[in-house]
Amino acid sequence: MADPIAGIDVESTDAGTCLRLHGRLDAEGVGAIWSAGLEAAGNAEVGALIADLTAVDLCDMAGAAFLLALESAHGTTLELAGESPGTRALLDRARKTVRPPSQATEAAEKAGFDPLAFLRDGLRSAAEGVAFLGEAVVAFASLPRRRRMLRLADVLRYADQAGVRAVPLILLMGYLIGLILAFQSAIPMRQFGADIYVANLVAISLLRELGPLLAAVILSGRTGSAFAAEIGTMKVNEEVDALVTMGLDPMTMLVLPRLLAVMLVMPAMTIVLDLAGLAGMTTVMMAFGFPPEAIAIQVKTAATVQDLMGGLFKGVCFGMAVAAVGCRAGLSTGVGPRAVGQSATAAVVGGIVATILLDGTFAVLFYRLGL
Amino acid sequence: MTAAAPIVSVEAVAQRFGPRTIFHDVSFTVNPGEVFVILGGSGCGKSTLMKLMIGLRPPSEGRILLHGIDLGDETRRAEALRRIGVMFQSGALFGSMTLLENVMLPLQMYTDLPEDGCEAVARVKLGVVGLGESTLLMPAEISGGMAKRAGIARAMALDPPLLFLDEPSAGLDPITSAGLDRLILDLRDELGATFVVVTHELASILAIADRCIMLDRVAQGVIATGNPRTLRDDSTQPTVRAFFRREAM
Repeated sequence: MADPIAGIDVESTDAGTCLRLHGRLDAEGVGAIWSAGLEAAGNAEVGALIADLTAVDLCDMAGAAFLLALESAHGTTLELAGESPGTRALLDRARKTVRPPSQATEAAEKAGFDPLAFLRDGLRSAAEGVAFLGEAVVAFASLPRRRRMLRLADVLRYADQAGVRAVPLILLMGYLIGLILAFQSAIPMRQFGADIYVANLVAISLLRELGPLLAAVILSGRTGSAFAAEIGTMKVNEEVDALVTMGLDPMTMLVLPRLLAVMLVMPAMTIVLDLAGLAGMTTVMMAFGFPPEAIAIQVKTAATVQDLMGGLFKGVCFGMAVAAVGCRAGLSTGVGPRAVGQSATAAVVGGIVATILLDGTFAVLFYRLGL
Repeated sequence: MTAAAPIVSVEAVAQRFGPRTIFHDVSFTVNPGEVFVILGGSGCGKSTLMKLMIGLRPPSEGRILLHGIDLGDETRRAEALRRIGVMFQSGALFGSMTLLENVMLPLQMYTDLPEDGCEAVARVKLGVVGLGESTLLMPAEISGGMAKRAGIARAMALDPPLLFLDEPSAGLDPITSAGLDRLILDLRDELGATFVVVTHELASILAIADRCIMLDRVAQGVIATGNPRTLRDDSTQPTVRAFFRREAM
């Protein structure tokens, strides 16, 4: 077996404890004797701790760190014997420059989950969200004076990005949801001979609830995160600062076009999803032997224009919430490469949470209004 | 007594990108324990040459040996690269890690040091470059000069005998820049480390370089070799004179 590249012998003398080190005190060498050395230094009797470096071939900064660690483990200043001038200089430099971690930073590192801090952050975030909405409203109200700042080409580009390019995904998701919903409800309803009413159930669910909700979830995953990442990258690259220094309002230049684009496309996305869902439901119903005419009559009987309009209204509101959360996450981006990823995550999570909260609010509101 | 073998040998190296030649027939050696500077104006291929020397890309022609190992020899390339440290122009610190974790990473990957040992060694390296009180900061929270110093600390993590520094003083104030120059010389003297530095900062070149080569975009190669103070005082080559005297051409 090859000899270890570094070694340590412990010897108790009248003067104290002597650690005779040999071999190479570099990162590789001290790795082999680190634990043994610290244990020996920690267990050494009270008195001087002497490191005999006579047989040491090389001592670099890793070696100096090891000597400092010995000193720290023993609690007294290490006495050196047989050291080279270079080793002495290195150790002196290390002693002068190394600072132990402060208690404050150590405490901060060890601090775990703090529910109060979590609550405080949540409240601050909610307050900032409200402030952001206020700023967006002000920017919207100021649009007539700042028409030049709102670039129509940007609005159309975002509408294309958020809406047109999402159509295949919306068709697929809508069709599958309609299919699954119809299939899952048809089986129990068939036991009561009520399977024809699956068409009523799916139509009402889609038009009033699932259509706008699913469209908003898709928007949040595809577009909210993209908005956050785009604006976040601009923030990191100081492009947002550049806008401000040019006297251009980031809210009008970056946020409003996205909000308007989403408001434009969201009703269309909801309708497409509704139609795809109804197609999925029709597929299942036809498989169960119902003619398309019967299904159409059931849908017409169950769903009203009011249901459709309510769904579209909700869709627009959900879309605005998702876009606003995405833009706000982007504008709140911190510094560093992780920040953009964090903003994108916050946009998706925040967008979905905001959508569900709004949906709950609308459910109560529509019930109270008798809609 | 025989002279020590060169720690870096660049032999008839050329680099071309398509039809465009960046430089050709570049040859020089770097001796152990010296600070060797590659200098030249913008676009002359300094950083490209360094990328070849640290094995990021193979040269179009010629060969480069580090510690006597040909970087073209795939079987031994990793062995040569293991014994170098590189500081990139921006520091290239990993943004998701603290400065301490950045410096600990090579120690964790390549040594048997326990976790507390890696941390202790990393603290020494950061202390040596003057960042002893900033170990828990993230790269995004520090200045450009601090990032460069942290980059040097990470490059030195395994105490490699050969360090490559890309533009260590670029964009720094004169005091921080002089501090970095001092650090390079101290590390050379105390650790016996060899430095290959790419820079066009005249004050730095004159402060730290034992020897240098000067690349030129027009000549597509080396136009001067030697001690920078000697080149400044004695060179008759117009570009070299203009460079060292800060004259327009």
